[in-house]
Amino acid sequence: MNITSQIKERVMTESTEPAHKTAIQIRNLNFYYGKFQGLKDINLDIVEHMVTAFIGPSGCGKSTLLRALNRMYSLYPGQRAEGEINFYGQNILDPKQDLNLLRARIGMVFQKPTPFPMSIYDNIAFGVRLYENLSKGEMDERVEWALTKTALWNEAKDKLNQSGLALSGGQQQRLCIARSVAVKPAVILLDEPTSALDPISTAKIEELVHELKSEYTVAIVTHNMQQAARVSDFTAYMYLGEMVEYGQTDRLFIKPQKQATEDYITGRFG
Amino acid sequence: MDEKLYRKRVRTNRIGLALSMLAMALGLFVLLWILFVLFKNGFQALDFNMFFHSTPAPGSEGGGLANAIVGSLMLVGFSTLVSTPIGILAGIYLAEYGDTSKTAEVTRFMTDIMLSAPSIVLGLFVYAILVAQVKHFSGWAGMLALSLIAIPVVLRTTENMLRLVPGSLREAAFALGAPRWKVATMVTLRAAKSGVVTGVLLALARISGETAPLLFTALNNQFFSFNMNGPMSNLPVVIFQFALSPYDNWIRLAWGGALLITLTVLVLNILARVFFREKISS
Amino acid sequence: MNTTSANSGILDQGLMNKTPADNSMAEQWRLDVVRKQRMQDFLFHKLTLSFSLIVLVSLVGILISLMVVAWPAFKKFGIEFIWRVEWDIINEEFGAAIAIFGTLASATIAVLIAVPLSFGIALFLTENCPVWLRRPLGTAIELLAAVPSIIYGMFGLFVFAPLFAEYGQPALQSTLGQMPVIGPLFGGAMNGIGILAAGLILAFMILPFIAAVMRDVFEIVPSILRESAYGVGCTTWEVVRYIVLPYTQQGVIGGIMLGLGRALGETMAVTFVIGNSQRLSASLFSPGSSIASTLANEFGEADDFHLSTLFALGFLLFVITFIVLAIAKILIIRTERAKGLKT
Repeated sequence: MNITSQIKERVMTESTEPAHKTAIQIRNLNFYYGKFQGLKDINLDIVEHMVTAFIGPSGCGKSTLLRALNRMYSLYPGQRAEGEINFYGQNILDPKQDLNLLRARIGMVFQKPTPFPMSIYDNIAFGVRLYENLSKGEMDERVEWALTKTALWNEAKDKLNQSGLALSGGQQQRLCIARSVAVKPAVILLDEPTSALDPISTAKIEELVHELKSEYTVAIVTHNMQQAARVSDFTAYMYLGEMVEYGQTDRLFIKPQKQATEDYITGRFG
Repeated sequence: MDEKLYRKRVRTNRIGLALSMLAMALGLFVLLWILFVLFKNGFQALDFNMFFHSTPAPGSEGGGLANAIVGSLMLVGFSTLVSTPIGILAGIYLAEYGDTSKTAEVTRFMTDIMLSAPSIVLGLFVYAILVAQVKHFSGWAGMLALSLIAIPVVLRTTENMLRLVPGSLREAAFALGAPRWKVATMVTLRAAKSGVVTGVLLALARISGETAPLLFTALNNQFFSFNMNGPMSNLPVVIFQFALSPYDNWIRLAWGGALLITLTVLVLNILARVFFREKISS
Repeated sequence: MNTTSANSGILDQGLMNKTPADNSMAEQWRLDVVRKQRMQDFLFHKLTLSFSLIVLVSLVGILISLMVVAWPAFKKFGIEFIWRVEWDIINEEFGAAIAIFGTLASATIAVLIAVPLSFGIALFLTENCPVWLRRPLGTAIELLAAVPSIIYGMFGLFVFAPLFAEYGQPALQSTLGQMPVIGPLFGGAMNGIGILAAGLILAFMILPFIAAVMRDVFEIVPSILRESAYGVGCTTWEVVRYIVLPYTQQGVIGGIMLGLGRALGETMAVTFVIGNSQRLSASLFSPGSSIASTLANEFGEADDFHLSTLFALGFLLFVITFIVLAIAKILIIRTERAKGLKT
């Protein structure tokens, strides 16, 4: 095809395509910890460039679901998932799926900030060096870019060679997010990222989440309903391993379709 | 309340606690006594000669421990060089891969036994497989015996320290797509660094004082030698020979050597503890 | 699917869609990295695995090599070697009984003396000691363990033995030596060395190990148990005797056996003071030999058959200590498991 036709084709497909694609499609997902079933028949679409929040009481399976998305559970024998999780069309539950590659494309930030025992610079560079061969200059740029994106550059730029452990809790968590962002994944999973932080750091990170969604797809687990209402576009309410209700955040919080959802949201339960 | 019964119980308690304090005092007393004797007798031997002359022939005057000191440094040095990577990598296996396998459980069990096993038997083992085969004693054989003693120490300490690293740190590294070996070495091992170094120091201290295994492997050498392929002079065996001899200068040198070894061992032990504690608190 | 070979057809098509984002898992350069990583992981796994097997391999190697060299001796004397009382180098008539007796006797004496002392020290450190003193005193006891055994040997021979000969042994002989059944144990010449002397030196060598294990298992006792005992008015002694000890019973026995295992295998501390005589005698004051001391003393001059006999002794020592240490370890594991702390 010549250049003009290619451009034409692209303009055509972009204008007739739906506004956002599905980044991750979950179909009939069941999860087991040994004999105990942690997730029951989950069906869900995670839309790209949107923030999807998972809420529900303790033990409802929201973290389990998140950790299935980057197959973190595969580290532990006795935990297994059945069903399909399609990441842009590729089923990542396939036993042949290379896990390291997957996790380079779907990143995760944990509840407790976990800076590596190295300098701030190396913390960020660690993930990048795994898959890309950048020159010193390019790496410097990438580190600066990642730290800027997470609003940490000004605070950290003079301390790049100091240990990551020298930062405050909120800063450490932003460092962990910068670490994930630096490898440019398609999806970023956040597992209760602010529950260990003070309110000011929490607010900064919520701002960050909002900014991230222009370039990444974000899925966030939170036990704080107000946070879900603040940051997310879509919310899923889970209970005892089942997906009770899923829909646009505004609609779910103002007019939930199920009584169970309304009970949880209004604090009658949970 | 029965007065007599109560008083009896109180008395029993007092006696019991007094005895326990006595036991502690006795233990401390013996430690201090040994150190005192060591310093008193050893200092007399500490002079310029000791460090620069080789061991004297039977019956001759003077002499020093230079060859024994160098020999010990070489034997302990090479052993540490060999046993440290082996012990650390083996410890990584048990901590990172070995959670579920039966082999790992058995290995842990056996390693703990090796920690307390008679070192003289290890000397016999190396004699049988190496010295008897090549028909001569050697520094390499001595190094092998010492390594077999040091490896379990490094292994167990490394494994224990790695297990103390929180799982969330490992998960964070895996979550970036890091392969297992990089997680184990660049993240987990690094986090446990100070504990692992402590283990190496303790292993070093342990093998510095070992005599029995060297008796059948490196044996001893009257002269100054850097040749690891032949019998190697070393402090513990020299002390053993000299202390049980009838010669005064030999006995004096034995005390000097004993002081050197003990100082090394104590310094290493204290260093290990201080180093570890500092890192923990920082 | 995501393998490095030719199955990238479907994924190539995915790339051609020019979507704003995709899973990008099929780019060749990424697949190259993945292949390299898999190889590295594989090699690393095998490397660390083989190193971890060194311990098991050496243990098996020890058993086999000792047996091989010892075989001529075992063949000549058979199983009776173990209780034969004979050590005639010139006529090549050997028996392990003398050495085994020396080993067992000195180790037993060491344990009998070390256990109450260790118990006292562990009790002191966990119940009675002011907190600021705990760490330094604990370290001091651990330093006792760090002192090399050859130092204990020299101390025993040059300092302890003369004192023992002048004050200790006469005292014992004039008191316990006069009693009916155990009298002969303290008879004979008093030169400060011998089986009893060796046992005494050994006691202080193994003391820190037993004390450390006891202290560790005492600390495992949940404070709620202690507090409830204090709450009903128990004295410290009663808390230890009726609560702590029963709770940690297996661990305590394990610690004792650990000390025993070490005492059985100790060479230098014993060789200096045991006297190195190959004769069996009723008195603990008389010189004797342990397996380790025999090995240390006679190895240098041993010819082929003599050497084989020495290896036979070494084999027996290894088997005995292995069994004792294995039992010790099992007991200690059981105690720690009870609290949910696996080793």
